[in-house]
Amino acid sequence: MSKPVKQIHLAAHFPGVNNTTVWSDPAAGSQIDFRSFVHLAQTAERAKFDFLFLAEGLRLREQNGRIYDLDVVGRPDTFTVLAALAAVTDRLGLAGTINSTFNEPYEVARQFASLDHLSAGRAAWNVVTSWDAFTGENFRRGGFLAQEDRYERARQFLTAASELFDSWRGDEIVADKESGVFLREPNPGRFEHHVSEFDISGRFDVPRGPQGRPVIFQAGDSEAGREFAASAADAIFTRHGTLEAGRAFYTDVKDRLARYGRTHDELKILPGVTFVLGDTDAEAQEKADLIRHQQVSGQTAIKLLEQLWNRDLGDHDPDGPLPRLDPLVGEHTVAQGRASVRMHRDPLAVAAQWRALAEAKNLSTRELIIEVTGRQSFIGTPARVAETMNEFVQTDASDGFILAPHLTPGGLDEFADSVIPLLQERGVFRTEYQGTTLRDHLGLGAPRPLRAAAH
Amino acid sequence: MPDSRPDSRPESPAPLHLAVALEGAGWHPAAWREHDARPAELFTARYWADLVAEAERGLLDLVTLEDALSLQSAHPFEPDERTDQVRGRLDAVLVAARIAPLTRHIGLVPTATVTHTEPFHLSKAVATLDYVSNGRAGLRVKVSGRADEAAHFGRRPAPRLSVEDFDTPSGRAVLEELFGEAEDYVEVLRRLWDSWEDDAEIRDVATGRFIDRDKLHYIDFEGSRFRVRGPSITPRPPQGQPLVAALAHRSEPYRLVGRAADLGFVTPRDADDARRIVAEIREAQAAAGRAEETVHVFGDLVVFLDEDPGAAADRKARLDTQGGAVWAGDAAVFTGTPAELADLLQEWQQAGLTGFRLRPGALPYDLEQITRGLVPELQRRGAFRTAYEASTLRGLLGLPRPASRYAPAVRDANRAAGALV
Repeated sequence: MSKPVKQIHLAAHFPGVNNTTVWSDPAAGSQIDFRSFVHLAQTAERAKFDFLFLAEGLRLREQNGRIYDLDVVGRPDTFTVLAALAAVTDRLGLAGTINSTFNEPYEVARQFASLDHLSAGRAAWNVVTSWDAFTGENFRRGGFLAQEDRYERARQFLTAASELFDSWRGDEIVADKESGVFLREPNPGRFEHHVSEFDISGRFDVPRGPQGRPVIFQAGDSEAGREFAASAADAIFTRHGTLEAGRAFYTDVKDRLARYGRTHDELKILPGVTFVLGDTDAEAQEKADLIRHQQVSGQTAIKLLEQLWNRDLGDHDPDGPLPRLDPLVGEHTVAQGRASVRMHRDPLAVAAQWRALAEAKNLSTRELIIEVTGRQSFIGTPARVAETMNEFVQTDASDGFILAPHLTPGGLDEFADSVIPLLQERGVFRTEYQGTTLRDHLGLGAPRPLRAAAH
Repeated sequence: MPDSRPDSRPESPAPLHLAVALEGAGWHPAAWREHDARPAELFTARYWADLVAEAERGLLDLVTLEDALSLQSAHPFEPDERTDQVRGRLDAVLVAARIAPLTRHIGLVPTATVTHTEPFHLSKAVATLDYVSNGRAGLRVKVSGRADEAAHFGRRPAPRLSVEDFDTPSGRAVLEELFGEAEDYVEVLRRLWDSWEDDAEIRDVATGRFIDRDKLHYIDFEGSRFRVRGPSITPRPPQGQPLVAALAHRSEPYRLVGRAADLGFVTPRDADDARRIVAEIREAQAAAGRAEETVHVFGDLVVFLDEDPGAAADRKARLDTQGGAVWAGDAAVFTGTPAELADLLQEWQQAGLTGFRLRPGALPYDLEQITRGLVPELQRRGAFRTAYEASTLRGLLGLPRPASRYAPAVRDANRAAGALV
């Protein structure tokens, strides 16, 4: 094989507010105490990870008309915790999910430019859009956006923010005490942007950050999302679990890059994954089963079932078979504030698949839910996991991974101590940071001038 | 008991509170040219960390960090094109967060504009600053009447406002609207901070519940300008209610301080002026039913300090020459020795001020004069702490940690008192 060996990119996802995160384990720590964030960030940096990743949700989830209480609830503000983490890490990239529906470009651009300065070039932005009036109730602007307008808003938002980042070239500040010249020119930061979503002009007030622009992530898998990523993102946070699906996605997205004058190296594909380690593969499998049962209690199984069925199934027995009633097709009324409910595009077909699987394997409702939702991506000895991850990357199913531990804050410790050295031995993962910025870690060059990227 | 500072026996004066306002290379526009200034580092974390560490060595109560949604300008309401002054800045909330893990005692009070931003975002940002600082977060709310800042957001028409218009009926209407909106905004911040009761997170393995959802509350704020549903996505911060501050120069913001803030920064010309301002704020405080609450009023002063008599005034004059004009801002300018400043502070304290926010004319010079000159002088007079006595900002300012307004005991008490809940 003449193909050069690819280097793996790795990120740590702070455990989130869904049932992947096991809060009931005695080893589970605080989800809000800053020490938890410090522990995960410093573990990731010790292991030479590319970056830490924070998700975001701007309204507490509800189900059956009440705040959902079975999973972790509550998290800190993304920008604020990332800025604080910049004080206790030196090289680790700091990636935050920030919504383009409930913010404005000027404010978000000054926050990311500030974070980039304060972290000496380690900021990254996962650009997402919300879809619902439910979340909009927390914001003075309201904010319902029709689903078909979501990527247009995101695209316009990112273009406007990029224009703000680029409004300072980076050499305007002279600060020469002798001559009394602070600025080389009288009006840096000038911008003017008039499009359907934004009608803004003036002068941006944060000088260009060390990375020029933060690293841009896109999360999501739709046709529009793939095209958006190909045109404007530096990395995609995806969820393709198998080698085959991963390779198909990888090829599809990378082939779109040429249309925008971009090369394959300019967009990294990073699936979000989970892992379970053991001294033997069998022991790891046992642990994985145990964790799955922690993640999916009988109550949680019913709640997850309701999200597909779109009905109140409070009386259903999780240890019995699936409900005989069919899912209610139409507007989702049971669960609010979740992206996942929209992914069930054809609930009747999915229900039919689940019934067939439950019948074939003789599974209760809970066992079925354990089977069909959130199986861990990598299970085995450190050697097995290192080998499998490497295969994914070398065969172009991904460029690396965003790892979501199931425990806060220690869930990455074992991986850092056992899998990382094996990847390093194989020569597929860095033993020291080569550069100082996140762009350096990801092998991304300076951001392209806006005109070329905008297409 | 803010408004009844005990008498003034010189041998045991009431201790006063000290804050420092950090801005660029100092408040004088030419300060960046001083030999010890670090203008090339204004956009680095280290610069701000060094300044706050110095303030903490001086046992100061808090630092404030200036901010705006536009570039600095020599004009009050418009951008300018000057190239001889500092231009550009970093988001103050993020600077505060970046410094928080590097400090242990000092309060961190960034400035944030409320006119164009979302209270939901700012509420969780300040709550998170409180988490990452273990209870040292505050916030200075600021309104924006500038047309250029409105154009940066493009969401509302730009007000036409100039200083001359302030006392016309239309000018007053604009100010009433801006500060009224700020008051609504602060109410939303406070409700969101209370929207999780302190013990809402239960992690009850037996029932599978992470939270007791009866202890999370919709805030359902409905004002004439906006609505916010809640609850916050961030649990109640360590202080319960982080400190809310506002800078006030006239009646509309004095009312905001009296009705909604924990701390007002005011700009008296002399002790009599201070007395008048404090009285107006106390009146607004009482009218809002807050007479029993502690509301601090700090006097703002721009300071140039030197041990040698006359040296500070000379330095200020030299900076004025470099800057091309005799510089004066919204607050009174003091030039003199640390001992002379201590005299002035104690005199103004008698007028009812509970502390001072000093704006160093040049950084780091005048900050070091405060921490190494003024503070020891006040300590010798028994007028300033000799060690940090509390671990939270509210604690340093003598403010209790309030229970959530949504906690059953508080709701019952409010109902009994006939208050609207």
